[in-house]
Amino acid sequence: MSMTESRTTANQGKNAVPAVLDIRDVSVLYSGKAAVKNVSCKILKNRITAIIGPSGCGKSTLLRSLNRMNDFVDGVTIEGEILFTDQNLYSSDVDPVEVRRRIGMVFQKPNPFPKSIYNNISWGPGINGYNGSMDELVERSLTQAALWEEVKDRLHESALNLSGGQQQRLCIARALAMEPQVLLMDEPCSALDPISTAHIEDLMFELKSRYTIVIVTHNMQQAARISDFTAFMEMGNLIEFGETDQIFTRPNIKRTEEYVTGRFG
Amino acid sequence: MAFSSEREKLNLRKRHARARGFAFLCALVTWSSVLILGILLFQVCIDGFGWLDWEFINSFPSRFPDRAGIKSALVGTMWLISLVAAISIPVGVSTALYLEEFAAKGRLSKLIEVNIANLAGVPSIVYGILGLAVFVRYFALGRSLISGALTMSLLILPIIIIASREAIRTVPMSIRYAALSLGATRWQTTWAHVLPASFPGIMTGVILSLSRAIGETAPIIMIGALTFVAFLPAGPMDSFTVLSIQIYNWVARPQPEFHDLAAAGIIVLLAVLLLMNATAIYIRSKTERRLK
Repeated sequence: MSMTESRTTANQGKNAVPAVLDIRDVSVLYSGKAAVKNVSCKILKNRITAIIGPSGCGKSTLLRSLNRMNDFVDGVTIEGEILFTDQNLYSSDVDPVEVRRRIGMVFQKPNPFPKSIYNNISWGPGINGYNGSMDELVERSLTQAALWEEVKDRLHESALNLSGGQQQRLCIARALAMEPQVLLMDEPCSALDPISTAHIEDLMFELKSRYTIVIVTHNMQQAARISDFTAFMEMGNLIEFGETDQIFTRPNIKRTEEYVTGRFG
Repeated sequence: MAFSSEREKLNLRKRHARARGFAFLCALVTWSSVLILGILLFQVCIDGFGWLDWEFINSFPSRFPDRAGIKSALVGTMWLISLVAAISIPVGVSTALYLEEFAAKGRLSKLIEVNIANLAGVPSIVYGILGLAVFVRYFALGRSLISGALTMSLLILPIIIIASREAIRTVPMSIRYAALSLGATRWQTTWAHVLPASFPGIMTGVILSLSRAIGETAPIIMIGALTFVAFLPAGPMDSFTVLSIQIYNWVARPQPEFHDLAAAGIIVLLAVLLLMNATAIYIRSKTERRLK
């Protein structure tokens, strides 16, 4: 199994799988108070990395620092480096708009634009100067997000008429239309029912071959089911980071074991 | 009922009685204000309806009541409101957008916010004096439509800004984040999503303030609009009169016929107001449907 091999090699640190994001000693402070403390880890290409931990542990904050969405929070300061293809995302010559164009995001609550399904997909590529066939791009993105069959006959209806699960897949399609290198997902299933959740999880498996995914989740079963790597955070610290199998079956740190076995959190 | 004790039942009856009492009080207040308004309108209609015909609308003012009309005042009002809208909407909405979407939220923006709220409460005559000193005299625009429009714009800008900011604030942050996460700039986010989503609310504020501008008399008298105008303004530098001044002028005359003319003028003013509000509601319902 090539899958197992690559996992093993990654674990041995031989870098058979290149890192897309290299988080180096990152701290995020809100008005001087640290929400993320000295976190270092690598996000590997074409892998799903899950960030788990109790509420308020800083996992969403860490995720949002990966595409500079924290910039919009008043009084935020970020220390350390995040290397994205060898370029520090926070160096002064990097335009955050360019970062967000390459590193897409799906939010906790589905947030489609109050526009048609078609326009939801086409707006992002449009403003970024996409000059291929927009119809093809819309179809391709919706197909990748496993939504095309359900909406192909009503592309020009409002996106707000879709169900919650469909809206979330539309948001994924919207992010994919930008052809990002990394897709960040902030608890994408927490507002969805189990069937829609299963849809999205299946989708993530499909997307793995083309994209690198980082997902924050409250749901430990979800992390165990879908991710290749898991980061466990508590009170702003990265307690343990490793292959998902190892984190859930043979964690090195007591605190991780207590969390994944449901003794707190 | 078997599951409530006597004491609980008594308590429940009391609470229901109190609820009914409050509902009655609210209804009383509502209907008495509607009634008073109705009586006023009725009185105005009785006095003015007989005078209301095409000739009244299409004649210039005159010393003789049966030849006097409202043409110059009506056209003056149309001119004034168009100019006020052209000045105050872009300035007001841009200011609101800047304060909500771009300005750093700090002491300075707080200070500006408080000052705008205060300006909304300044008596209109003060704006009239300001307009006289600044636009009529200092910028030497004279007693022209443009002086009047600039003064009126100052008067309603605070209201437009406050209403627009409220409307912009109701746009959920999640929409902004969605746009920004697709590599949009702040401006693209604002133009394509925040502004359209807050448009109905902004429109409401704009129309309400323009309606206020239409009825204002004091600042226009202050900057010296004419009371007797036997010509139509041809451009923004011409002198002018407006409906409210014409009405005021007629009411001040001793002859009772002119009082009836004033009533007819009020009907015309109300009709213009209704038309504006209807337009606003139409635009709002149309854009809201597009959003849903």
